[in-house]
Amino acid sequence: MNKIKKWLLSISPSLIAILSGVFAGFIIMLISNPANAFSGLIVILKGGWNSGMKGVGQVLYFATPIILTGLSVGFAFKTGMFNIGASGQLVVGALASIYVGINWTFLPGHLHWIVAMLMGTLAGMVWGMLVGLLKAYRNVNEVISAIMLNYIGMYGVNYLIKSSNSMYDILRNQTANVAASAAIPKAGLDNIFYNLIGKFKDVSSVNAGIIIAVVVAIIIHILLNRTTFGYELKACGHNRYASQYAGVNENRAIILSMAIAGALSGMAGALMFLAPPSGMHIHVQEVLAPQGFNGIAVALLGLSHPIGIIFAALFIAHITVGGGYLQSLRYMREIIDIIIGLIIYFSAFSLLMRNIVLRATRKRKQYAGEEEAGV
Amino acid sequence: MGEYIIEMLNITKDFPGIRANDNISLQLKKGEIHALLGENGAGKSTLMSILFGLYKPDAGRILKNGKEVNINDPNDANRLGIGMVHQHFKLVHNFTVLENIILGVETTERGVLKMGAARDKVVELSERYGLKVEPDLLISDITVGMQQRVEILKMLYRDNEILIFDEPTAVLTPQEIEELMLVMRGMADEGKSILFITHKLEEIKKVADRCTVLRKGKMVATVPVATTTVEEMAEMMVGRKMRFTIDKDEVSLGKPVLSVDNLCVKGAHEKNAVNNVSFDVHEGEIVCIVGIDGNGQSELAYAIAGLMDVASGSIKFMGEDISRATVRTRNDLGLAHIPEDRYKYGLVLDFDLQQNLALKNYYAPELQNRGFINYPAVREQADMLIEKFDIRSAQGADTMARSMSGGNQQKAIIAREINADPKLLIAVQPTRGLDVGAMMYIHEQLLQQRKEGKAILLISLELDEVFQLSDRILVIYEGNIVAQLAAKDATPQLLGLYMAGSKGESA
Repeated sequence: MNKIKKWLLSISPSLIAILSGVFAGFIIMLISNPANAFSGLIVILKGGWNSGMKGVGQVLYFATPIILTGLSVGFAFKTGMFNIGASGQLVVGALASIYVGINWTFLPGHLHWIVAMLMGTLAGMVWGMLVGLLKAYRNVNEVISAIMLNYIGMYGVNYLIKSSNSMYDILRNQTANVAASAAIPKAGLDNIFYNLIGKFKDVSSVNAGIIIAVVVAIIIHILLNRTTFGYELKACGHNRYASQYAGVNENRAIILSMAIAGALSGMAGALMFLAPPSGMHIHVQEVLAPQGFNGIAVALLGLSHPIGIIFAALFIAHITVGGGYLQSLRYMREIIDIIIGLIIYFSAFSLLMRNIVLRATRKRKQYAGEEEAGV
Repeated sequence: MGEYIIEMLNITKDFPGIRANDNISLQLKKGEIHALLGENGAGKSTLMSILFGLYKPDAGRILKNGKEVNINDPNDANRLGIGMVHQHFKLVHNFTVLENIILGVETTERGVLKMGAARDKVVELSERYGLKVEPDLLISDITVGMQQRVEILKMLYRDNEILIFDEPTAVLTPQEIEELMLVMRGMADEGKSILFITHKLEEIKKVADRCTVLRKGKMVATVPVATTTVEEMAEMMVGRKMRFTIDKDEVSLGKPVLSVDNLCVKGAHEKNAVNNVSFDVHEGEIVCIVGIDGNGQSELAYAIAGLMDVASGSIKFMGEDISRATVRTRNDLGLAHIPEDRYKYGLVLDFDLQQNLALKNYYAPELQNRGFINYPAVREQADMLIEKFDIRSAQGADTMARSMSGGNQQKAIIAREINADPKLLIAVQPTRGLDVGAMMYIHEQLLQQRKEGKAILLISLELDEVFQLSDRILVIYEGNIVAQLAAKDATPQLLGLYMAGSKGESA
């Protein structure tokens, strides 16, 4: 009983944050289109359920990359780093996996998509590790280097796509389709998440990626909470001085934690783009991948807890998919983006504000306590 | 009434989970020195914070000259003539002495500072009360003793009549303490009323007229100092009879464990924080480094523990050179360290107790298996240490370190370090901020370690502690060891002279 109470208490800030986010979105709907605001709210809250099992599948599909970027940001948080570079790591990972997915067709069967995914993960890892190396050996603030690497990654990838014959679909100004063998398998999910239109099976885009993401979240959870490595990383994150004192190699911890964070974002990129022709492609445009930034919201909302992150990502995907259906109520696409963005970031930032307030009061209390203790 | 300048009547103040002040009354006579005695956590600081306007009491009244007053913030307190010298000085380091004194009450003419009149007043005050200061020196360039005099002058400059001193002697040498006592007496004779917070009984005996004793948030009594013995006051403070000394067995010296040779450590500025320091610590010996805070003893400890780089010289541990070894290597060789700052180095405040107790051995074979931490074993170790070292906390091994009391946090650190069965224990101010009970306990533990043949390097600012524990005393002054004495040959006066740098240059 006590345990349930404690658990409820621990997730209540997230729930309150979500409610305030939804409320903020509702206000925008009231302003932009008051007549439909209430039914619009219902549509958003129904999310994927607006269009049956296919819609639910879409939610899972959208959730896949942001579970991983959420883990990426959350993992770095736990070790005291702010990984704002998930976006760059994601796109670099995506490019590597697309390259393998298109060109390495000599790989047999399932090996092809697995290698493609791993290469994407590896590329993201390198990109994240750069941030860690700069921080560890040159004391460069990770936020600054990560933001720069976001842009270097985005422009670099655009350049590589355009200068490649095999990867560039010049008509659509995007990457070409990966080989069918490089697509993440459906793993039977297409038999669950579809709508029947007459005899035609309208299948959702969901694939085994969601399963991989959930498994990775569990692995990260175990890594953080059960291993000596996780213990060291968390000690560094909570108090780097105490971890120095305990003999933890702080530089190694910083580099490895950023490498793992990068790998997670890189894998997000791989899982997003290793999809059959109907799936996503990298568009050659000057936009940072939003999934990277959504990862920050996911991590905040999930309280940086790997399992919490799964649910936070599902929620955000749910709202995002639900928002798509708002067009039927004559909301403009841009307004929908604002509403969805508002819900996501309002949720995340109300949590952030709460944490800041909590920390401030705790500090004050600690100060009072120290005065009392006469330290 | 007339007799009392300030009365705090039936003050009660609650903090979450703790009643810091429970129906406390304190009456301060005009022109007296009134000591406020109590262990840490007894509620002294809370009571003074209420008087100074930092906290609002939940119940009770404050009267000045018999009239009820409301003190909402330090400005109110200031207007009522209440001034406070905080334990940690509130000075602007890159301002001069004079600028610090007038800060907040500057005299201006059409927006332009008029320093002349202010300087005259400061000079006059410093002569009248014997508070020697150099008005034009920067705070960062003057001694701690002079900084304290600046704080006192700040109060006098504001014509405060009620002066609160919060543990003023903690940072001073014996000679400076003597001087401060004279100054306080002088101020009281001039009609100032002084509240003197301390837990040092001799000082009360020496200077105070009356003494109010607090224990665990409650008021025990207000007694006239002249007719009360030190032992009686001590008993009121801790609630039971106390032993003041602990027995120290004779232990024969073993081989040297730590040999420091011509060690230099870079400081924040060009000067070396530790300069050409050499000494040995043997098995079964407590070597104590004394000095006024900030003379290089912290850096020395950090360098030996591996948390600061060695600029030159060597540190040998059991004959092995560890000057460049990692912290982990040193720990594994058998070096334990009770750090000066338990919040910064000693604990991960957001870990629970069991994880903190495993901070030094989570990677040892008994606590992990192929990289996976064996949490049942971690808990078992924690429960064992909690039992053995009497670490008290709300939820045992699951308690967050942050929510534990200072004394128990320190006990946890000591438990962890002793549990490692070290060959050398570096203890830096191991009893800072602890109550008398916890202090005695820690002293006993250190002596027990000595008896077991461990080498102990103790760095302390408390001379009582030094005399109680050490076999050999080294005095550090501006990074140099200026004296090396057997404990039995040392007196507080002698150490004070060395600590102030006014005697000896050879080691």
